[in-house]
Amino acid sequence: MLKVSPSPHIHGKESTRKLMLNVVIALIPALIVSVFYYGIGAIIVTAVSVLSCLLFEFLIQKYILRKPISITDGSALVTGILLAFNLPSNIPVHIIVIGSFVAIVIAKMTFGGLGNNPFNPALVGRVFMLISFPVHMTTWPVPKGLGTGYLDAVTGATPLAILKGGLARGQSMSEIVGQLPTPAQMFLGNIGGSMGEVAAIALLIGFVWLLYKKVITWHIPVSVIGSIAIFTGILWLVNPEKNADPLFHILAGGVLLGAIYMATDYVTSPMVPKAMLLYGCGIGIITVVIRVYGAYPEGVSFAILIMNAFVPLMNAYIKPKRFGEEVKHG
Amino acid sequence: MNQFQNFTKGLLKENPILVMVLGTCPTLATTSSSLNGLGMGLATTFVLIGSNVAISLLSKFIPDKVRIPAYIVVIASFVTVVDLVMQAYVPDLYNTLGIFIPLIVVNCIVLGRAEAFASKNTVWSSFIDGFGMGLGFTLALGVLGAFREMLGSGSIFGYKFLPGDGILVFILAPGAFIALGYMIALVNKIKQK
Repeated sequence: MLKVSPSPHIHGKESTRKLMLNVVIALIPALIVSVFYYGIGAIIVTAVSVLSCLLFEFLIQKYILRKPISITDGSALVTGILLAFNLPSNIPVHIIVIGSFVAIVIAKMTFGGLGNNPFNPALVGRVFMLISFPVHMTTWPVPKGLGTGYLDAVTGATPLAILKGGLARGQSMSEIVGQLPTPAQMFLGNIGGSMGEVAAIALLIGFVWLLYKKVITWHIPVSVIGSIAIFTGILWLVNPEKNADPLFHILAGGVLLGAIYMATDYVTSPMVPKAMLLYGCGIGIITVVIRVYGAYPEGVSFAILIMNAFVPLMNAYIKPKRFGEEVKHG
Repeated sequence: MNQFQNFTKGLLKENPILVMVLGTCPTLATTSSSLNGLGMGLATTFVLIGSNVAISLLSKFIPDKVRIPAYIVVIASFVTVVDLVMQAYVPDLYNTLGIFIPLIVVNCIVLGRAEAFASKNTVWSSFIDGFGMGLGFTLALGVLGAFREMLGSGSIFGYKFLPGDGILVFILAPGAFIALGYMIALVNKIKQK
């Protein structure tokens, strides 16, 4: 049986471009939803992020690496869109440009470009910005529809920040629950947050598209979401007054965006299904540990970056069965 | 090797930070501003010169088997001198650098020069070696500190040229790693030519 494993077996420009195009198509529903809720800001942030990512990739390839220009392979485009999706839609332009610089120049090109970067470029950019510009990165606009302004948007807290703040003040879940959005609101994305992470439904539509086009397999997203559900479920059953329910944890913050689009990045995720499940569980567990016990309200991006670091180890120790090996047992 | 080469080798060719990658702990921890970096560098330079000279003088008397403890005692004496002098005359810098001044005792560069150079060479060459290595260390820390301060706080030597905060990550540990990495890459590039 010939098995095609989904990792850096990239043979030509065309196949990379086709894969990246499918990822972009899968991201379009979430983009439409974020424009619908956050207005012009969502368009500006996405455009600036994509253009600056492409520009930095072009400049580095032309003047520093002196390699053939490959910005048309779509990988910088995807990085740009994903970076924008991880930002609030009212973030100033110069900060987006710095984030794109970090994503492309520091996280990707320094290691040798596409296929060589150990960490997901968009997430490195995002975490760099979160640590460097904590105020801008955690001032979230309230969704006000298409007419929402760019820099003057009304701001509010994300569901996870409301939860963390409430628990820190010593409130119990039954008191906090009134301030939290309903699961239906969170499913449709009518909440504060990074522009691409809010609408669960749009992200799930994209997930179905990626599965249908065989761009990704189910292993990583399902193991991330499953381990978060199990871990938070246990905490919730033990003490429902101090812990939010699993559905809230899955719909809030960047779990779906991270699990479907960021953790599955070919270059920075393991190649074998068994390793993928382990990798996904690691992301889920670290996310919950950061959310419940850490200082930050959200931990998906940190969790994915931490597990990225283990990928070379997993690829070395968990190998697919070689062709013909099973004959011995059969 | 003449004395001039002996002096300049520490600046770039055998720079303790950028080529030998020794003493990274104080490098990463104290370079959050250019002044801190320079202060740390100069303190270490003094210790390096003192310990190099003292150890090359004493090298005939120190039994081979106990040489490392003996070197540490010599180095620790000079560090105590620096520690007390800085506490007396530059208390602000002393408080910012904190534990990293006493920690010069265990700095790999100082012990490394004692073991690899001062114990085998004349007093004068050891003095030059310590001076060159110390300046190389100071140079690397000063440049790294200036770079991090410019990006991280938008100022240089405490003089602010940008309003507001800079890119905060550069005054934190991750920024130190990133900046040091690029400095080493640049030096490798220069050395290749």
